[in-house]
Amino acid sequence: MLSEMDPTAPLTPSGNLRRRIAVSRLMTAAAIASAVIAVAALAIVVFAVASRGAPAISLGFLTHDPPQFGGPGGGIASAIVGTTLIVAIAAAMATPLGVLTALYLSEYARPRSRAAQMIRMALDLMQGLPSIIVGVVVFGLIVNPEHRESGFAGSVALAIIMLPLIARSGQEVLLLVPQNLREAADALGVRRWRSILGIVLPSALPGIVTGTILSIARAAGETAPLLILSGLFMPGTTFNLFGQAVPNIPMLIFNASEAADPTGFARAWGAALVLLVIILIANIGARVLLARSRARMSG
Amino acid sequence: MRPSDAGVSDDHTDRAARPRVRIQAEPSSRSAPEVALGDRGPLLERAAVFDIRDMAVAYGTKRALDWTTLKIYRNLVTAVIGPSGCGKSTFIRSLNRMNDSVPGFSLSGQVLYHGHDVYARATNRVEVRRRIGMVFQKPNPFPKSIYDNVAWAPRNLGLKTDLDARVERALRRAALWDEVKDRLRVSALSLSGGQQQRLCIARAIAVEPDVLLLDEPASALDPVATALIEELMHELKSRYTIVIVTHNMQQAARVADRTAFFSLDSTGSERVGTLVEYNDTETIFSRPADPRTRDYVTGRFG
Amino acid sequence: MSARATASPPRRRLPRRARELLLADGGLGDAVLRGLCVAAGVISVLILAEVAYQVITGSSLAVSRFGLGFLVHTQWAPNFGRFGAATTIFGTIVCSAIALVLATPLAIAIAIYLSMMAPRGVRVVVGPMVEMLAAIPSVIVGFWGVIVLAPFLQAHVEPFLHDTLGFIPIFGPPETTGLSVFTGGLILTVMVVPIIASLSRDLFLTVPAELKDGAEALGATRWEVIRGVVLPTTVSGVAAATMLGLGRALGEAIAVAQVIGAGNDIHASLFETGNTLASRIALEFSGTTSKLYTSSLFYLALILLAIGVGTNLIAQTIARRYDVHRTFV
Repeated sequence: MLSEMDPTAPLTPSGNLRRRIAVSRLMTAAAIASAVIAVAALAIVVFAVASRGAPAISLGFLTHDPPQFGGPGGGIASAIVGTTLIVAIAAAMATPLGVLTALYLSEYARPRSRAAQMIRMALDLMQGLPSIIVGVVVFGLIVNPEHRESGFAGSVALAIIMLPLIARSGQEVLLLVPQNLREAADALGVRRWRSILGIVLPSALPGIVTGTILSIARAAGETAPLLILSGLFMPGTTFNLFGQAVPNIPMLIFNASEAADPTGFARAWGAALVLLVIILIANIGARVLLARSRARMSG
Repeated sequence: MRPSDAGVSDDHTDRAARPRVRIQAEPSSRSAPEVALGDRGPLLERAAVFDIRDMAVAYGTKRALDWTTLKIYRNLVTAVIGPSGCGKSTFIRSLNRMNDSVPGFSLSGQVLYHGHDVYARATNRVEVRRRIGMVFQKPNPFPKSIYDNVAWAPRNLGLKTDLDARVERALRRAALWDEVKDRLRVSALSLSGGQQQRLCIARAIAVEPDVLLLDEPASALDPVATALIEELMHELKSRYTIVIVTHNMQQAARVADRTAFFSLDSTGSERVGTLVEYNDTETIFSRPADPRTRDYVTGRFG
Repeated sequence: MSARATASPPRRRLPRRARELLLADGGLGDAVLRGLCVAAGVISVLILAEVAYQVITGSSLAVSRFGLGFLVHTQWAPNFGRFGAATTIFGTIVCSAIALVLATPLAIAIAIYLSMMAPRGVRVVVGPMVEMLAAIPSVIVGFWGVIVLAPFLQAHVEPFLHDTLGFIPIFGPPETTGLSVFTGGLILTVMVVPIIASLSRDLFLTVPAELKDGAEALGATRWEVIRGVVLPTTVSGVAAATMLGLGRALGEAIAVAQVIGAGNDIHASLFETGNTLASRIALEFSGTTSKLYTSSLFYLALILLAIGVGTNLIAQTIARRYDVHRTFV
């Protein structure tokens, strides 16, 4: 009973404290172990990609196409070109759309209006869409009527995937722009559209750029839509996205994993390493940009 | 100075190497004279619960509290008063190791609790807090029911028998029982501010600590609630030793048996909290020995 | 652009014509920008509507042919025109269940570590590393799964589990390639952990310090503070995070397709091949031989969409109620 506690006794664990401390230490150990597992998982995967992909990388690897009929050797130039084109067109479609939507939500709509709620809900749901479903939808929209795959269809699908990310992050950053900036512009008699485009948008630009970079990084790795929309392609480099499937990095890796032929593995690991490096750089760059812009916004 | 573990709290003796600094040779010239008189019985016969010797606190390079020496006596209400920023909170939080998680915290000197060094390596922080409870300035009830708020800590300690009786006893002693007895399962957040604070007091005394530290317990409350809390002090001190920090001098005069006056001292380039005078409350307010005390209690400054 | 914006009209009164022009210019510009923004918002909603429309019309043939029985038929024989979703629904449930059961405690533990235990130096490094795990494209995780993880599981882990726990039907004899529902579940775990962990960590950081102080001052150990105050306060948010993780697991097509082995039957053992809704669509969509085949895959997509939207809405409702709760606290 508590009345048995002697306050003048030494300040070392009494009663059940020893057991409770042991339990607490056990939990701490479990938490640390979990963090170790997570770091280990990352390290294992990254190490596997790096160690198997690095030997394959060379200048030739990055500038030559893969061999016509499969097999070892060659490079991934066509896939790099293809992915770059597909993602670039997707970004060209998604970024203006996303920024304008973000502008609408932050500058024009009343926060609690039905329209704003509907758009926000639509963006949330879009963000949660499995990418395979996006691929299937664009298939029905574009590929089916045209009866052929195309890199452009892939771009459309990727744009749909990128849109909610850009709109969401854009909206967050725009809301951070202090209200008195807008009021100052109003007081100067500057027209609304000029103040939005000339003052509000530029100050939110770092955040918007960050969001765009991150969604580009995400889109570059998306495979499911491309599997359906740009999966059957000729291995050679091409710059025409319309009317034909285009080689791309995610499909290169996916095909290798499904193929029985291990000679393509080295190429796939190399491609995986290239993709991983691009994503890593994009993520770090975005983080740095975001930190700097946050510091500037609040400083 | 003894460095603390910044940010992370471990349950028990810290493994980080902490150089133990012996009592400084510097004389505690600023320690207040102890006077044993008054009708509260000869103080020297009363047990000293806390024996604080040359305690000084710093956060990083910033010194917060200067060499402080005083004794806190059993079953008395000791008030700590002074202008804002003079280190009152730092002082009281150092008594039960609540400053350990503040980054850069370091303490030198000795804080002896019943003769045991609170900051010794072998001292267990959780055990310290078991015996020295604390109520904070802003009421902070858990988002649980009233019953669970009070019962939570006893459950941890393994005191599950007669839990209902224990909860009732604690709520009665905190003068809250009658107001909540038929809604014990309701969320504690539905109570008013004053009730929440009394709940926090009930929560603290449910584990039957030895000492109760109160850091400005009524400053966030309205006058009626404040008066209730002050009434509680008189009853609680028969069971517990109470140290109360307050920025309200009249409150100290009303509830405290002894009062310690801290002030900011500008020594050299920095301003450090210092214990100026420590005596019976009556003496502090009517016949203060130090001119700074006199200036403060007569309202000449902050 | 900004230079022009700051060159605002002087406050003196302009000649009348100039003022009219300016007003008209501003009016047009405002209308155009506003129109564009509204259009963008409308397009966003339209895209979602188009998604629903495509999936519904694409599946209409199969829906009219099979009806709701499609959900319980296990046979999937394209050559005979027989299609049923039961196998894939089963695979989806099992893989997601494995992922949630393994990922949730792991992720919460990581979040506890990062928010309340790790020293600052460790936190700044490990935190981004956990988030980086989420950034690895699923095709790379799946590729690693096929080449590295599956053989490893097949050679070491699955036989061990079968030998020690084989009396439980889910731990049957390992399959030769290591491509199995079990591997699929593990791969999903890797992808889901960072989502739940990052969100939970942010939630734990929002617990007010005074609540934790209050618990500590009552003589509670660190674990007791976490269990008694931090976790109960954030339970709804963590539940919402788990729902989001579940949504990710349900929709993951590629990585699962690579490691699950494209099986066609329902097995009791986790070590057999299988298929999920998403992985079957991914694997077979390009090779459909009939309209019914394609439509059946669309039907699978419809089911997947329904489940996915359902979990997303649940997550949003929990999160919204949680926000209300938070303002109350």
